[in-house]
Amino acid sequence: MCGIAGIIYADANGGREVGRDMTLMLQSMKHRGPDSTGYALFGPRSASYVMRFTLADTNDPRDFEFADRIRRNRFLVEQRLRRFGAQIHEVEEETEYAYRVTFDYVGELKQLADLVEDVPGAEVLSLGHALEIIKDLGDAESVAMQYELDGFRGTHAIGHVRMATESDVDISGAHPYWAYPFNDVAVVHNGQLTNYFQWKRRLERSGHRFQSECDSEIIAVYLAEKMSEGASLEDSMRDSLHELDGVFTYIAVTEDALGVAKDEMAAKPLVLYEGDDMVALASEEIAIRAVLDREIDTYDPFEGEVMVWQR
Amino acid sequence: MAAVGEGRITYDARGLAEPQAEAPHVAEIDGDRATFDAHGLSTRLINLELRRLLYEEGVTDVTVQNPGAKHSLGVGILTRCRIAFEGSLGYFGCGLIDGPEIHITGRVGWSACENMMSGVVTVAGNAGSLTGAALRGGDLVLHGRVGARTGIDQKGGTIIVLGDAGMMTGFMMQRGRMILCGDVGHGLGDSMYDGTIYVAGKVASLGIDCVPGEWNDADSEFVERKFRIHALGSPPEFQKFVCGKKLYNYDNLEPSERKLVL
Repeated sequence: MCGIAGIIYADANGGREVGRDMTLMLQSMKHRGPDSTGYALFGPRSASYVMRFTLADTNDPRDFEFADRIRRNRFLVEQRLRRFGAQIHEVEEETEYAYRVTFDYVGELKQLADLVEDVPGAEVLSLGHALEIIKDLGDAESVAMQYELDGFRGTHAIGHVRMATESDVDISGAHPYWAYPFNDVAVVHNGQLTNYFQWKRRLERSGHRFQSECDSEIIAVYLAEKMSEGASLEDSMRDSLHELDGVFTYIAVTEDALGVAKDEMAAKPLVLYEGDDMVALASEEIAIRAVLDREIDTYDPFEGEVMVWQR
Repeated sequence: MAAVGEGRITYDARGLAEPQAEAPHVAEIDGDRATFDAHGLSTRLINLELRRLLYEEGVTDVTVQNPGAKHSLGVGILTRCRIAFEGSLGYFGCGLIDGPEIHITGRVGWSACENMMSGVVTVAGNAGSLTGAALRGGDLVLHGRVGARTGIDQKGGTIIVLGDAGMMTGFMMQRGRMILCGDVGHGLGDSMYDGTIYVAGKVASLGIDCVPGEWNDADSEFVERKFRIHALGSPPEFQKFVCGKKLYNYDNLEPSERKLVL
């Protein structure tokens, strides 16, 4: 089933409590997907890059060498970043296997990400100037506690609660998906893509690689590739309605925009609130109510609709 | 350290928790009328309180404040009464009802009034998809817009939509009537078996076996009567759509014969 949510504030110059709000939204939809929870949060734009990466999965067995392996691989990641010209400012240990690193870097982003992912067990969750993807197993409250997201301030965000159907219950299978290797683009998705392998092969032939076996990752890379060719987010999303097959409702975010697309069968729910202060959308209205504790006017976008809001 | 969101998320959305719950006895009862505030109550507690008032206290007119778009509220009410929800309902609201007159001042989510047998439900705001699915009887009046597949598998009753309607409206409709005052999406009346659909706005496309019907005096009388009953003003001009009865289910062939013939 899965639940998706998005929120973008009209006035967020000083940063709003986007981590806390997204937790409230996702926790209220826990029943739609108890397997994992994920966030794509946009903080204030930083001149440096922010990279979130993991070195193991929550499910990995904690054998005697686990800690040593993580320590060794973390050293390898930092070593490779430095060797490739990145000037590391800080490496924060979020959990025993998840890290947040900030660094300055000038050069090819894909090569850098590839180099990090080449370290055994490493997976880059996000890379950009504002985007931070946090995802793990469990419900929103437990993930937010673990990663201390309650204090995260920012401008907009998307989130996902997952009921695993087509791939494993692990961090790789959790949403949101970063549009590897394009910075600051992410997607959450509710539905199934039936031409997944067709698109995966097509994008792989263009040089893209995928971190998971989940069909939703296609959407993120598909959109980012279109945008890298000059298309706007809205045009890219409109194209996806014709080129991606299946039933889907997805929310995509870039550094300055948030958009939603609903397939032409309108089989996956989405409720939308457009207010003066914010736009909030979710699979269920209770998620919007969790951050707007007042009577509000909402509606369901129709089939084949694409809507994009700019910051 | 307090948990994130502690004290703010106070309900179980599907109401599956609290199997031993009892009605909270929070309503103020005044003769045959009662009012209670649903804020902070779970789905299960709201429904238990509603049923206590209607079935045990002899109340016939209940006002529920702050329903908060919770799911499955007001389901399975099988008595003639009046219920007002001051706010919005989530998914599956007012399903399986037989008899009540329900007024909702906000919106409703997916599958509102599914399998409704009789009574009247009016919704002041918008509605999600699958509104009035398998409706058996009664009137469902929606003042806003509705999502996809409204009245799917409708078996009777009347659905009136004052706003626009999404795709596949009236999909597999079997009986009953729909009065759609706004524009309608693609696939109107797809695979309908019977029933009548009136549309005042533009139709994006007709579904398989849905064809224009011939307007007659009975149609005018029916539409005018429904508009009068629900105080909707003067009805606009409608087109009528019915089942063309050309699909395979209207031939007399056995499945094995159909393979040979078609």
